[in-house]
Amino acid sequence: MPCPTTYNKTMRVRDPKKRAKDFKEVALGLTAKQAIKEAQRCLQCKKPKCVEGCPVEIDIPRFISSIRDNNFLAGLKTIREYNLLPAICGRVCPQENQCQGACILGRKKTPISIGALERFAADYEAAINETETVEIAKPNGHKVAVIGSGPAGLTVAADLAKLGYDITIFEALHEPGGVLVYGIPEFRLPKKIIQREIEYLKSLGVKIKVNWVVGKTQTVDQLFEEGYKAAFVGVGAGSPRYMNIPGENLNNVYFASEFLTRVNLMKAEQFPKYDTPVKRAEKVAVVGAGNVAMDAARTAQRLGAKEVYIVYRRTEHEMPSRAEEVEHAEEEGIKFEFLSNPKEIIGDEKGYVKAIKCDKMVLCEPDASGRRRPDCSGEEFTLDVDQVIMAIGQTSNPILTKSIKGLKLWGAGYIEIDENGKTNKPGIFAGGDIATGAATVISAMGAGKRAARSINEYVMTLAKAPRQRKKSSKTAK
Amino acid sequence: MYKILHKQNVAPQVDAVIVDAPYIATNAQAGNFVVLRLHDRGERIPLTIADSDRQKGTITLLFQKIGKTTEEMGRLKAGDTIKDVAGPLGHPTPMKRYGHCVLVGGGIGSATLFPILKGLKEKRNKVTVILGARTEELLVWKDRFKEYANDLVLTTDDGSAGRKGLVTEALKDLIESSNLKIALAVGPIRMMQAVSEVTKPYGLKTLVSLNPVMVEGTGMCGACRVNIAGKTKFACIEGPEFDAHEVDFQELANRLGFYRDEEEQAMKKYKKRCNGRCKK
Ligand SMILES: Cc1cc2nc3c(=O)[nH]c(=O)nc-3n(C[C@H](O)[C@H](O)[C@H](O)COP(=O)(O)OP(=O)(O)OC[C@H]3O[C@@H](n4cnc5c(N)ncnc54)[C@H](O)[C@@H]3O)c2cc1C
Ligand SMILES: Cc1cc2nc3c(=O)[nH]c(=O)nc-3n(C[C@H](O)[C@H](O)[C@H](O)COP(=O)(O)OP(=O)(O)OC[C@H]3O[C@@H](n4cnc5c(N)ncnc54)[C@H](O)[C@@H]3O)c2cc1C
Ligand code: SF4
Ligand code: SF4
Ligand code: FES
Repeated sequence: MPCPTTYNKTMRVRDPKKRAKDFKEVALGLTAKQAIKEAQRCLQCKKPKCVEGCPVEIDIPRFISSIRDNNFLAGLKTIREYNLLPAICGRVCPQENQCQGACILGRKKTPISIGALERFAADYEAAINETETVEIAKPNGHKVAVIGSGPAGLTVAADLAKLGYDITIFEALHEPGGVLVYGIPEFRLPKKIIQREIEYLKSLGVKIKVNWVVGKTQTVDQLFEEGYKAAFVGVGAGSPRYMNIPGENLNNVYFASEFLTRVNLMKAEQFPKYDTPVKRAEKVAVVGAGNVAMDAARTAQRLGAKEVYIVYRRTEHEMPSRAEEVEHAEEEGIKFEFLSNPKEIIGDEKGYVKAIKCDKMVLCEPDASGRRRPDCSGEEFTLDVDQVIMAIGQTSNPILTKSIKGLKLWGAGYIEIDENGKTNKPGIFAGGDIATGAATVISAMGAGKRAARSINEYVMTLAKAPRQRKKSSKTAK
Repeated sequence: MYKILHKQNVAPQVDAVIVDAPYIATNAQAGNFVVLRLHDRGERIPLTIADSDRQKGTITLLFQKIGKTTEEMGRLKAGDTIKDVAGPLGHPTPMKRYGHCVLVGGGIGSATLFPILKGLKEKRNKVTVILGARTEELLVWKDRFKEYANDLVLTTDDGSAGRKGLVTEALKDLIESSNLKIALAVGPIRMMQAVSEVTKPYGLKTLVSLNPVMVEGTGMCGACRVNIAGKTKFACIEGPEFDAHEVDFQELANRLGFYRDEEEQAMKKYKKRCNGRCKK
């Protein structure tokens, strides 16, 4: 179980009073001196637990030893062998559940701030305006389509481009990056970091087509007809969940994805300089307690709300958000209403939100899965608010999956894949949130890595057996 | 970038553009729409694909200049470009052989019925089209409709063309006098609601094309949610057409008015900045 104390506090952060009023980055990163000092604490374990905790198994002791020895770029090179987006993962990985949570030092005292060190190495490179030169294999002439430009798609694109493939990314929105651009706010992940990564991809020869809703603008079959040998589907789990309670469609009830998209992608906080508006409110209730909820709450506050409540049906111990975000939200004055389950959103005569009514919950004894389920206590309460933001999770978006006939799905419409990212359709691979359900940036990247490997194998086998290719591209239809 | 090949004023405050968008044109079906963004600071707005030409790789959009974005779009000329156009989005209108169909259009909504008319004719349906507007010059594309429809009924509030009165009156007479199988209405919410109320007692299956505020148009944000038979649906991926008799029109009207202050503010600022003449 995650323990909130296992997250590092060595990093400098901006003053909560000031930062809660703007969208500039909250955490400032480590100085070189701090980074070296932190790296010196690492025990360089023979059997490093931290590595087991990292979903892509970065050789953590090796990169930390380079930082310790003042060789920051070498450290970064090590990280990049495993992880394409260190500046991003260093910022957004739930480290307390992963690398840092597993660090042996955490058993007695503070674990190594692995995420902060990772971020430091990447930011250092950006600051001195270096870019790593990588060897790119000779073009092999094989076209591969990458659908969706979130972390999963970006990883597949980079790995295959380096192997000499001709890669085109197709992105539905007008900007590439997936959740990294439309979901996670600027104050947590500055957009220029993503732009830098996209530029890097382009330097590898990757083409990006935006405004390209695959399944609509072109179907996967049409892509195959254009000569793509394989397609990777990394379309994320971008469809908002809702509770189906009365009042959910009142004016000023937002789904978090809309609220965050307006601000992050459309820059509504700068309305009317930008054309897209977003409603600013006085008192806001955000339902849910994951990263999305924290992001929405802190965004609402930065838009000028006086009071912002996180309304969550369990307690602080079960909150799925990164520990760091919870702490930052608290410091910024976000209030928490635990054990509260919304049952109705109350509107005024014009159809605008005026309050949210919740059941007070109690936690029952742990069930078979060990999770303590919340149950109604019989009491209820009402919170007067003028805006409600629903942030209770995302689910699969059917546009693409429905457009591929016979594609095997599981659960709420997620794509079924094997351990190598293969779907049941030849030539179609998948990974990231659309295969697992909403997860994390690093797990989407890990899935991308595995899929890239198996796409390479697949295309190489095709190339060797031209007859078979004909057959399987037929079945791909 | 998507190039405007042709631009025309088709009625007071209504322009049509033909846009170069070969992939969208290839897959466009009746009832589909696009979401476009004029430039880097622009808003994403949905517009119905009013016509498309696969050979030429073009789509036609018809828009009423009612706010900042559509005003600004109205100032673009042939040769100018639109930064982003994504589509074709939404469910296509279900096309099959119904028998006798009626299409009811109000104001600018009419033009977006055009591809549906063509599609229904391809399936060898008998189609009566009822178009209504305040006055004759607002009856967009009536000649094109005339070419394809079995019957074209015009109504105007002021009697300047066709029958004086509302589309609903003409519709009621038609229902009484013929054996209609399906009605499809596009236009202002009030008009679609009125059509729905007319057809309901007759049990005539009626589709309406809803126009909630949208953001990205791909099912990711939930801005476009509408209430259909008490259930939340996303108009951009589950619509925009729904069974009229199940739509909560009042909720839709409320939600459409949500950004009125901001819309006015944007328009005022736009007009002031360039005195109504600048492009960006
Ligand atoms: C607000 C928010 C905060 C989060 N915070 C964190 C965090 O702090 N740490 C963390 O690890 N994870 C976080 N996550 C989760 C993480 O962002 C996701 O798990 C991750 O981005 C999934 O990556 P992906 O590549 O599978 O898909 P996504 O990032 O969802 O990208 C999918 C892309 O595919 C595009 N697409 C969809 N359909 C189509 C189509 N038909 N054709 C073409 N393109 C299409 C979408 O527009 C999108 O750009 C957060 C998520 C959200 C929403
Ligand atoms: C699926 C779909 C298809 C559409 N097709 C067309 C089309 O083919 N031609 C066309 O002219 N319009 C169409 N619309 C409406 C169009 O999207 C809006 O007119 C446009 O967004 C207005 O943008 P604006 O910035 O110019 O005006 P705004 O400043 O945003 O709005 C000005 C006024 O228009 C009203 N308005 C805003 N959005 C809508 C809307 N979605 N529907 C109705 N009224 C609205 C506002 O309440 C306000 O009174 C469609 C809408 C949808 C959802
Ligand atoms: S990628 Fe994430 S989990 Fe792995 S070492 Fe870096 S911060 Fe830790
Ligand atoms: S477990 Fe901790 S101390 Fe050991 S190598 Fe990893 S980071 Fe260093
Ligand atoms: S417009 Fe975003 S879900 Fe429909």
